[in-house]
Amino acid sequence: MSGWTRHEGQAVALPLANIDTDQLIPARFMSVPRSEGYGDYLLHDMRRDDDGALLADFPLNRNNAASVLVTGRNFGSGSSREAAVYALVDAGIRAVIAPSFGDIFSSNAVNNGLLPARVDADEIEKLFALLGNGAAEATVDLKEGAVKLAGTTLYFALDESWRIKLINGWDDIDLTQQHAEAISRFKENRSQTASWAWPAAAD
Amino acid sequence: MSVPQTLLDKLWATHEILRREDGVSLLWVDRHLVHEGSHHAFAKLAARGAKVAVPELTFAVVDHYAPTRNRARIEDPQIARMIKTLRTNARSHDVRLFDLNDPGQGIVHVIGPEQGLTLPGLLINCGDSHTSTHGAFGTLAFGIGATEVAHVLATQTVWQKKPPAMRITVDGSLGPGVSAKDIALNWIAQLGTDGARGHALEYAGSAIRDLTMEGRMTLCNLSIEGGARFGMVAPDATTLAYVEGRPHAPKGADWDKAVAAWSEFVSEQGAEFAKDIHFDAADIAPTVTWGTSPEQALPVDASIPDPARLAGGKSDSARAALDYMGLVAGRPLAGTPVDQVFIGSCTNGRIEDLRAAAAVLSGRRAKVPGLVSPGSAQVKAQAEDEGLDKIFTKAGLDWVASGCSMCVGMNGDLVGEGKRCASSTNRNFRGRQGRGARTHLMSPVMVAAAAVNGAIADVRPLLDGRAV
Ligand code: SF4
Repeated sequence: MSGWTRHEGQAVALPLANIDTDQLIPARFMSVPRSEGYGDYLLHDMRRDDDGALLADFPLNRNNAASVLVTGRNFGSGSSREAAVYALVDAGIRAVIAPSFGDIFSSNAVNNGLLPARVDADEIEKLFALLGNGAAEATVDLKEGAVKLAGTTLYFALDESWRIKLINGWDDIDLTQQHAEAISRFKENRSQTASWAWPAAAD
Repeated sequence: MSVPQTLLDKLWATHEILRREDGVSLLWVDRHLVHEGSHHAFAKLAARGAKVAVPELTFAVVDHYAPTRNRARIEDPQIARMIKTLRTNARSHDVRLFDLNDPGQGIVHVIGPEQGLTLPGLLINCGDSHTSTHGAFGTLAFGIGATEVAHVLATQTVWQKKPPAMRITVDGSLGPGVSAKDIALNWIAQLGTDGARGHALEYAGSAIRDLTMEGRMTLCNLSIEGGARFGMVAPDATTLAYVEGRPHAPKGADWDKAVAAWSEFVSEQGAEFAKDIHFDAADIAPTVTWGTSPEQALPVDASIPDPARLAGGKSDSARAALDYMGLVAGRPLAGTPVDQVFIGSCTNGRIEDLRAAAAVLSGRRAKVPGLVSPGSAQVKAQAEDEGLDKIFTKAGLDWVASGCSMCVGMNGDLVGEGKRCASSTNRNFRGRQGRGARTHLMSPVMVAAAAVNGAIADVRPLLDGRAV
């Protein structure tokens, strides 16, 4: 994953609360290997009719170049499926701005270079009004922790460790392997002091 | 004097390898459970040429895609491929697999405890949000995404920031026909789906102590639906009685050491919780969801809410939910006709759940079709020993093999478009049980009552003279 600090793109509003990961990608698409791309499955059942054709008036269909999504509270709640993030990322989304996110979704997002930016619900309501059905140019700056959009600047909340990770595009496994010694010391110690924590052999 | 510690503090301290300057901890993982959905993580591992770091702490199971009928010949090539991929990955990384025909097969959150893999004082990860279930044992258990699954596979550790602690205390006695499912749906309805957002939730109080392990698992399982990162109950005599003698539970001297260690895993008197909330068990009624979010739940004798009268942002989502669910505001919830029923899942697919549902269905006929899928092959065998399968089939319901089944429909057990299902599962999200499916979450006995009435119904009148 490569890091980033600044992103410019089109923002659209999806003024709905509780968009869970089952909406972001219905379960039936999750057996596909990532290499095939997940973009077409994003919000599949919301943005397509029964025959799979795109619904003309769905916000993301009206503005299919959007890369910044402004949406309601509790975005990405539910299932831990990282495929929900793959669908967003593969569809070109770089930042989601919402009052709150599912916890596991947020970690998954950051692990894939997608910014989950928390902004007060009142500010989000104003953005919904500003954006309406249209799109607007947006600039997202991770260093400043700000989004500039339709003439306003909004500051978002983001855990500091996640900000650093997004900027650097770090891979956790590489980072962790630097602590290999501490890990093996811990393991050794735990196996001595808490041998019960290892599974007993089944009879 | 030292600051009184919470259960969370103690579990965290015993797993913390190190803490970075930014406050994120590297934690040791005692058990890692994987399933078919872990294919992304194994692919990431393969891409870096890495191996599973500690195979003896990793356990794999076929559950999400497990066919519940005709297992010998899987017709859907996608499903067959998913299961085959897991087999290949388990074999090449030397990981114990509970395969389709293994007597220990079942839903990952049912078999962990059943096999004695889930113990108090552990840290358990799984690439599945309902991993919170295992917290019922006084365990730090949480779901992770594919990147983190790959990380645990490669390092047997996980990076996490310690969440603030929250406590929900439920005192008093639950009324007849009211169970752990109702405690959970009730608090989520009152506090909202982000009511416990970002918190480690501990349950306490006499009503929680009185729950069996099955009930505690149901409660901890649903904690994620209220936004909690972990749901936990401190271990006690009920926990020990459940764990002792399970296949992978500690034995001999290790058992004694374990019991001594586990007795420490309680929140101390005066420990501080960022949020501390109380409920009275006597106030909790059999609860049913009416919408498309678990917070959209009400006592069964309530009326379908009028969106116009709901606060702030909730009215729009209520309107959209009623539209999707095909319900009319102001009508009583009870009496809403259902097309089918489902009993199963990691929330309510354990033996006790099946016994309770069977007690309601015994000698009665279901007015609608339905599926009963036990949470594991062991639960299935036990239920058959007790003759529960006969009760279900005599009532007209289908008795099938174990797996996630209609909870998520990945194995093809789907609810049809526009069909209404009374379900003992955990998510009433749009399309969760199939595109356009309408799900009402409720306890197993309430599903049984819906089956008997062909409509959502209060189970309590059906309990007369029956032990549930
Ligand atoms: S039964 Fe449902 S919630 Fe539980 S693990 Fe399976 S799919 Fe997930």
